Amino acid sequence: MYKYDNYDQTIVDERVAQFRDQTERFLAGKLTEEEFRPLRLMNGLYVQRYAPMLRVAIPYGLLSSEQLRMLAHISRKYDKNYAHFSTRQNIQFNWPALETVPDILADLASVEMHAIQTSGNVIRNTTSDQFAGIAKDELEDPRPYCEIIRQWSTFHPEFSFLPRKFKIAVSGATSDRAAIKVHDIGLNLIKNDAGEVGFNVIVGGGLGRTPFIGADIRPFLEKQHLLSYLEAILRVYNRFGRRDNIYRARIKILVNDLGKEEFTRQVEEEWSHIKSGVMKLDQKEIERVQRYFTSPEYDDNASDDTSFNELEKSDKGFSNWTKRNLFAHRVPGYKAVVVSLKAPGIAPGDATDEQMDHIASLADLYSYGEVVVTHDQNLILPNVKQANLFALWKKLSKKNLATANIGLLTDMICCPGLDFCSLANAGSIPIAKQINEKFDDIDYLHDIGELKIKMSGCMNACGHHHVGHIGILGVKKKDKEFYQLTLGGSAEKDACLGDRLGPSIVKEEVANVIGKLLSVYVEKRQDEERFLDTYRRVGIEPFKERVYPKTPAKEKAHANN
Amino acid sequence: MQIIKDRNISNDDWVIAREIDDAAFVPKDNTIFPFSYWQLNSGDLLKQNTSHAIWIDGDIETEQLSSHLNHLSIIALDFPAFKDGRSYSHARILRDRYNYEGELRAIGNVLRDQMFFMLRCGINCFEVTEGKNAEDALKSFNDFTVRYQAAADDAVPIYKLR
Repeated sequence: MYKYDNYDQTIVDERVAQFRDQTERFLAGKLTEEEFRPLRLMNGLYVQRYAPMLRVAIPYGLLSSEQLRMLAHISRKYDKNYAHFSTRQNIQFNWPALETVPDILADLASVEMHAIQTSGNVIRNTTSDQFAGIAKDELEDPRPYCEIIRQWSTFHPEFSFLPRKFKIAVSGATSDRAAIKVHDIGLNLIKNDAGEVGFNVIVGGGLGRTPFIGADIRPFLEKQHLLSYLEAILRVYNRFGRRDNIYRARIKILVNDLGKEEFTRQVEEEWSHIKSGVMKLDQKEIERVQRYFTSPEYDDNASDDTSFNELEKSDKGFSNWTKRNLFAHRVPGYKAVVVSLKAPGIAPGDATDEQMDHIASLADLYSYGEVVVTHDQNLILPNVKQANLFALWKKLSKKNLATANIGLLTDMICCPGLDFCSLANAGSIPIAKQINEKFDDIDYLHDIGELKIKMSGCMNACGHHHVGHIGILGVKKKDKEFYQLTLGGSAEKDACLGDRLGPSIVKEEVANVIGKLLSVYVEKRQDEERFLDTYRRVGIEPFKERVYPKTPAKEKAHANN
Repeated sequence: MQIIKDRNISNDDWVIAREIDDAAFVPKDNTIFPFSYWQLNSGDLLKQNTSHAIWIDGDIETEQLSSHLNHLSIIALDFPAFKDGRSYSHARILRDRYNYEGELRAIGNVLRDQMFFMLRCGINCFEVTEGKNAEDALKSFNDFTVRYQAAADDAVPIYKLR
């Protein structure tokens, strides 16, 4: 993984000093609340419902075991012994005291981490494929480009006061595991007819109140133009993006208002002024950064030991886990292991200090000291030899980290919701709990198979409900919590937004309604169809009918609405 | 008015004419005119043997200024609120695309903690908000000794030095 040199270290150290000074000025009354706000926001510090929340950047989701131990330490020393992994491959601390934040940042800087640009109207942490570097379908590792983008965007003087936040995702594989079509900019490494590798550039995707699938504005961009093209897009957005209404301020609105052709024309026009200058990216720099992302020394004979096949037959718990929590590795005899942070009764994505320390040790023992944070709020040990799977499973189980539910109904994505967030209309975590309690039979979950439930406590869509196979959106009606369901969304290659099922439902009924949806699926599914496939084939009607049976009285009530 | 220009604290007597709606307005020397006034009156103003200055806000397209740049010794960029970042792009286009070499002055809501970014975009003069300490503000230029990306102040990105 990338290692800081003197330049990188100086920047994070100077940032700590700067924020310490800003915090001291605020606490001494020299800065007003209003003046301090943009400063703390640029450092990932929100004031939430009960306490400040500090979001720490995990660039493209990659952590060393040393860094994970530091996160555990911070949760112990400054917080309540746990932290929350977010859908954008970052980590959040929910209870730090404002005056300790400069010390937390100093601790982070000691392991090459920071909270720079984790909030505010700036270019945020660049996200990527959680299986980058090990996936079989990868054309090229996207992480060196994420790192190059990270450096270019860090304290970018021109783009630190954008109309709204700005998120970039990079994928290097055939399957899209980085949700590039629902980002402000999505970059996909592809090969052109001449055999050169470059980027397909997608702009203006996004969720939130007005969800859009991004527009393909450049089928192929040469690597040397990566930064100049990004700069051109950002400049057009910074100049012409709407600033009068925060709900209309994302780049997706600009792209949609101008139309794809006109937006593209403006970007290309801006680009023509800067493309051949200093913004051109040196091949030497690409190669320098790539050298940090080389493969570990894999064991050539790793596939010889097949003992785990026998253990799968004799141990049902282990075989359930290997069915769901492993991902194919490009090197024979290795697997990527998904560590579930979705145990029943735990808020999705939460990990305790003990669990983080434990995972860090296991990463050292079994996975070359690296851990990856996923978009689904789990962790990955990317390089595990198959001979070690059983021992690893046993050790993960000890700390409640081996729930065999990856990709299943209970592997929900969930925002912090009303329990923490000051924007939320409704709770998310209690719904996750309700679903976990109703669906506690592991065999049933395995039978239902892949099902992505995504849940947001308000229209800002931090839980990405639009692209859930089943999306759940919390709404408030007459001061009571209600939930709006959508079906058929996806954030992958076949990205699309879910369809609204019908009127919102009361809190107590959410898990029961999901049960009804699943009974329709079980009746209608053919062969190996997933819920999403069945939904796409049969449409929304059968699901609607089951959840909102048409009785004469109901019809009348609907007619009156 | 107290200003910070080219990293030095000084005073100058330029006055910003925020709005001009009186038909009987008589232009004085050392006035920073709204661009709209300049557009209508530049013929007359240019007859006077003096320095000329205008101010623009985020709504003015920098491209509109290109034919006037030779005559202007100050272009003031308005920051009506810290959140309005359009003038950062204006500054860069004026410096990088049009090679404007006169003064770029930040006016309006100029916060100390933003001046580092403004400086990097080519703004070389800052109006000091009343009641704020200019010495303190000067320090912020030294907040960061390393900059990753090229901008109006640094010709090359840091990676070229690695």
